[in-house]
Amino acid sequence: MVPAVAPLPFTTRIWFAWVCFFKVLFDGAFAAKAYAPALPPAPEPPKQLAETPKPARVEPPPPPPTDAALQLLALFQREGRFVDFLEEEVASFSDADIGAAARVVHAGCRKALRDHVKLEPVRPEEEGTKVTLETSPAEVKLTGNVAGSGPYTGALRHRGWRATDVTLPQAVQGHDARIVAQAEVEL
Amino acid sequence: MSARYVVGIDLGTTHTALAYAPVPTGDEKPSPEMLSIPQLVAQGTIEARDLLPSFFYVAHESDGPQALPWDAGRTYVVGEHARARGVDAPARVVASAKSWLCHPSVDRRSPILPAGAPADVERISPVEASWRYLEHLVEAWDHVVAKGDPELSLTKQSVVLTVPASFDAAARELTTEAAYAAGLTDLTLLEEPQAAFYSWLGNRGDAWRKDVQAGDVVLVVDVGGGTSDFSVIAAVDRGGELELERVAVGDHILLGGDNMDLLLAHIVETKMVAEAEAAGRTLELDRWQKVSLQHAARGAKERLLADANAPSAQIAIAGKGSKLIGGTLRTEITRAEVEQAIVEGFFPLVASSARPTVRTRAALTQLGLPYAQDPAVTKHLAALLARHASALGAEGKMLRPTRILFNGGVMKSAALRDRVAQSVDAWLGEDGAPAAKVLDGADLDLAVARGAAAYGLARLGKGVRIRGGTARAYYVGIESAVPSIPGMEPPVTALCVAPFGMEEGSAADVEGGELGVVVGEKVSFRFFGSSVRRQDAVGAQIERWKGAEIEELAPIEVDLPAEGRTQGDVVPVTLRASVTEVGTLLLEAIPTQPRRPDERWKVELSVRSET
Repeated sequence: MVPAVAPLPFTTRIWFAWVCFFKVLFDGAFAAKAYAPALPPAPEPPKQLAETPKPARVEPPPPPPTDAALQLLALFQREGRFVDFLEEEVASFSDADIGAAARVVHAGCRKALRDHVKLEPVRPEEEGTKVTLETSPAEVKLTGNVAGSGPYTGALRHRGWRATDVTLPQAVQGHDARIVAQAEVEL
Repeated sequence: MSARYVVGIDLGTTHTALAYAPVPTGDEKPSPEMLSIPQLVAQGTIEARDLLPSFFYVAHESDGPQALPWDAGRTYVVGEHARARGVDAPARVVASAKSWLCHPSVDRRSPILPAGAPADVERISPVEASWRYLEHLVEAWDHVVAKGDPELSLTKQSVVLTVPASFDAAARELTTEAAYAAGLTDLTLLEEPQAAFYSWLGNRGDAWRKDVQAGDVVLVVDVGGGTSDFSVIAAVDRGGELELERVAVGDHILLGGDNMDLLLAHIVETKMVAEAEAAGRTLELDRWQKVSLQHAARGAKERLLADANAPSAQIAIAGKGSKLIGGTLRTEITRAEVEQAIVEGFFPLVASSARPTVRTRAALTQLGLPYAQDPAVTKHLAALLARHASALGAEGKMLRPTRILFNGGVMKSAALRDRVAQSVDAWLGEDGAPAAKVLDGADLDLAVARGAAAYGLARLGKGVRIRGGTARAYYVGIESAVPSIPGMEPPVTALCVAPFGMEEGSAADVEGGELGVVVGEKVSFRFFGSSVRRQDAVGAQIERWKGAEIEELAPIEVDLPAEGRTQGDVVPVTLRASVTEVGTLLLEAIPTQPRRPDERWKVELSVRSET
């Protein structure tokens, strides 16, 4: 895949040639890269240079951050038909039909969830009990009449969830994570 | 370089697992832990799991390469993805290879699996399937634990591989063949019920001596996904030392949790079809729905058998298309239905005199696995106890257990454990004996692998060991020289070549009973085994026996090379039986007039089809 390259304006080119002159002269590594004629990611460094005229380090691009999310989605689809369920219009169906489907989704997704994510409540107390606590913004959200300073006393409305351990499936090299579920053709 | 780990491998009919512990260097007592086995769980997706499903999938060109972290171009799959493909593309999946491995009337080294596959599917033998499962373990271990260090490779570790107690000499031999093919070198076999007992010993620590004392007889009931396997272990006092001795093993019964789920699924399906018809619709479940139904039925069964208060469980199965809501079928299964089907169907309360019914097979039977004909586990159990009534020299109609140890996924259900214990107690009551106590603290799913590793440690001197030896006596059939009468088989004398309970590392020469083998030809002899005749010494000749007391096994073969002898000559030989350190039976033919010192030939335990 070769990205389409838009030509640079003339003024930028003057500036860039000037920068390159000194970089080639004083930065051996840059010079070597510029000198290698067959370097495939060649368009990358000049582009970064054009935006930020700082010495740029060439790093392999990190894996797209969506892969892990797509894997989890594929997992829920495989085990519990999660995507099928969400993508279907529910308005025309009776509660009994939706309930039957929900059992499939619940049983499968719950198994998938429990196999891959270990969850525990953030607060161990029963919901509804009175708690006094110092908050940490990440763990506890105060609601209602939010005022004053800690420690705070209030009723625990939701215990929260904390993931203590996550084991995600590992994709094989070359696997296209965008395929959340394969199409199936019966022969 | 000696082994750094002791490794226990449970090569199961439906699942394979591996437990390991470092070889102790000092006084520490390491406890075995499970290897999380990386495997394909879906197309292009790898996960590490404690269990490796014992399934093999021959990938099709449309599947593309089945890449593993250690092999990018693999053309077959072992594990969870293979099992899942068993639903979508059943003709390309090998399942229950272990049951084929002990199938007496097929050639277990020939490519026969998947049975009934289309012509373009490359078939493998039952031995190769077992080899592939073990190979996967070797590769996974080398990837996860050894990480490329050749000294840590699984092939250099001390491996204890479990086999059903009911496996005969040939099936054990084939199992070791698969293990050697996978590269394992330091290998010992262990019977699965014994492994379960070792695991229990490990869980209990030193407290086990309170639960099991001299005079106790422990019945191990192991009902897994595909097979039921029973063993009896006695605790005996030998000069003040408590010794454990395996005194009886059951037959190989192809009956397990999968049969129960199938039955339940069938009941639910019949019910759904009837409900649909009552509502004026027609309903036919496709293959995929049937399998989903089986999974759902298993879940419902486990819920109902675990919770005594739940009156029924809901079952919902999705259709195959992306339309989930309209296409989902639902029904419910009641407690009464589950109890009727599973508890009464598979674990009926029967008298101690009850025996499994054996239907005579139709003349033309399709070549398939010899599934148990009677689904009543309790009847098989009653038969075992009665058959070994005098194993400990006691009088009475049956061998009397004083303790029961459960193993296997099916036995996770308290209702079924109670039913088995209740049955055994009723039989003991008939015999005027006190009830048996159930041993707590068993770990039903992973006990066999863990116990195998614990046994590996015990062999290093870290713990108590169970003595046992061979679970059968073995005989060679010698046809009497009588004039042949049409329509009548010449009478056969069984010559005992290996006695019951022959221990690892021991050998026995057969006195008398010379056999004639033809030079340069493969000569086969009829071969028999008995799990009940404890009294027969080596060389004993048995002319008459009660029907099921001695059973015929696949024949044995001697292939005598022509070296130094004339082709076609008949050479008289005697047999020597020994039990190898690995735990397999080795038969050798020794010429009575050797041409060179220590001349002998290996006698093959044949695995060839006779039909």
